[in-house]
Amino acid sequence: MTDTIVKLADLVKPAAPNSPPQPFVLSDEERHEIEHELEHYPDSRAASIEALKIVQKHRGWVCDEAIPVIAAAVNISAADLEGVATFYNLIFRQPVGRHVIKVCDSISCHLTGYDELRDSLIQTLGVRLGGTTPDDRFTLLPICCLGACDRGACLMIDDDLHGPVEPAQVKAMLEAYK
Amino acid sequence: MSLRSAADPQFQRPLTRLIDRAAGPLDLQGFEAENGYAGLKKAIKELTPAQVQAIVKDANLRGRGGAGFPAGVKWSLVPMGPDAGEKYLVCNADEMEPGTFKDRLLMEQAPHQLIESMILVGYAIQATRGYIFLRGEYVVAADRLNKALKEARAAGYVGKNVLGGEWSFELFVHTGAGRYICGEETALINSLEGRRANPRAKPPFPQLAGLWGRPTVVNNVETLMNVPHIVINGADWFKGLSQGKSKDAGTKMYGCSGRANKPGTWELPIGTTARELLEVHAGGMRDGKKLKAWLPGGASTDFLLPEHLDLAMDFDTIAKAGSRMGTGLIAVVAEDQSIVSAVRNLEEFFARESCGWCTPCRDGLPWSVKILRAFENGQGQVEDIEVLSKLTKWLGPGKTFCAHAPGAMEPLQSALKYFRHEFEAGLASAQVKAAEFAKPAVAA
Repeated sequence: MTDTIVKLADLVKPAAPNSPPQPFVLSDEERHEIEHELEHYPDSRAASIEALKIVQKHRGWVCDEAIPVIAAAVNISAADLEGVATFYNLIFRQPVGRHVIKVCDSISCHLTGYDELRDSLIQTLGVRLGGTTPDDRFTLLPICCLGACDRGACLMIDDDLHGPVEPAQVKAMLEAYK
Repeated sequence: MSLRSAADPQFQRPLTRLIDRAAGPLDLQGFEAENGYAGLKKAIKELTPAQVQAIVKDANLRGRGGAGFPAGVKWSLVPMGPDAGEKYLVCNADEMEPGTFKDRLLMEQAPHQLIESMILVGYAIQATRGYIFLRGEYVVAADRLNKALKEARAAGYVGKNVLGGEWSFELFVHTGAGRYICGEETALINSLEGRRANPRAKPPFPQLAGLWGRPTVVNNVETLMNVPHIVINGADWFKGLSQGKSKDAGTKMYGCSGRANKPGTWELPIGTTARELLEVHAGGMRDGKKLKAWLPGGASTDFLLPEHLDLAMDFDTIAKAGSRMGTGLIAVVAEDQSIVSAVRNLEEFFARESCGWCTPCRDGLPWSVKILRAFENGQGQVEDIEVLSKLTKWLGPGKTFCAHAPGAMEPLQSALKYFRHEFEAGLASAQVKAAEFAKPAVAA
């Protein structure tokens, strides 16, 4: 099943839409939140990851057009921020579903039923690891140890931790996320 | 079971004494009523920074993040004095070592304890600022730490002139955006500065040139949380906590995960045996299976065998047995589970989490994964066992920029040492032989 190591950066980007891209503008709320973060550090660059997370919180993901705008807000070059944005796996550089499932694939969960849980998720959702359901409801991602090894096999849906999750429980568990 | 207050007058579990999962964490008032912030008050009102450092050094508090480096020695390298300028204290709360889930409990259930510890250690090294570097997925911990920090700031424990003294300290919770490598202290510093989390060359060590080029101490959550208790109760008390089970001092957050009946994390005297963790606290192996192997403290530690269960879980004893205590949370593999698959899982993790900075790690780890998948699928080649063995050297200590790849090689080298027959069973030639053996006799 998992014959490749899934990295977000490796995934194929969707084809560009036909309409010309809209200029990216930070909302007042986003700008305000980023400015608040800047106060936490003596160097503005340190807020870059937080700034990316702020934009992602409001929009679900961080599009290419957002990079130069966020980079300017933290006073670094767009290329520099692009390097940061593509390094961290919790920064999404392509659209994700309304709910993001992060299924732990590390050793303790491997020993307590990860393979079966992953297969159940793939079967229920009809997408592979890294995929988003056609209705944009769920994105399924593998994640490294969630620090909940006493609850393996475990996963997170958005900010909620679930575990231990039996493969048969997957369908009912997902019902709570519309 | 409630661990709170009078249940334990001996203070044998200083880190978890106030934890009551059902009730949730104590707020500032509740924490202060349980002697919270007393260690900080004592330090600032009665002790000089040098005295705090001396007590902790004397207590022999060794780093609980996995390396076991003495905290007092780490701090002693920080330049002190009125001209030392900006200095930083960073808490490594990027708990991501597979099989490790202790700091989550401590931060979710005792956030004020970490806030107090940060301020106290900040005082000991005369830091000007502190950051708690928390992994992005720990959303509950982030929420509770921020709430505790707000209360502490309002009460005058954080900010200008802490507790009315001359020393000022700012403290922030910084949440990450993933990547295991952020747990490496110099990679963590790069990440905190808003850069890719590539490790930095050492020397210079962070104590001299760390965050923004300034003297910086990075300590693990559990390490820090011991400090207020040591300051209140003294070095001898801390040494006594191990109850003679080890020459190391204090308690340790131990745990057990994998195919055990009751996985969990428990604060116990350092030097408690793995057998006690598995058989007493974790209720033994699940489904009546026998134990095949165990990782003493995370993905980057060598496998040990059932015969090693009676060893004291401390830094030196586990090292003598050819492994490392690491984080001290064991992961148990049952007799019917494949070691080749387990190692494949571990190396997939390390390959994915490599930062890609240096070639042996970036290219060697996926190579090991490819070979391990072949063995897992019965397609292994005889010479590949030798290649795996060589990889453990090529990716070993001294060959790479940081400890990521050498850590990755620990479970692999021990699997080859103890379970070579499982690799041999995954050879393509072994499949042919097995198939021939299983072929029914041709009917006459």
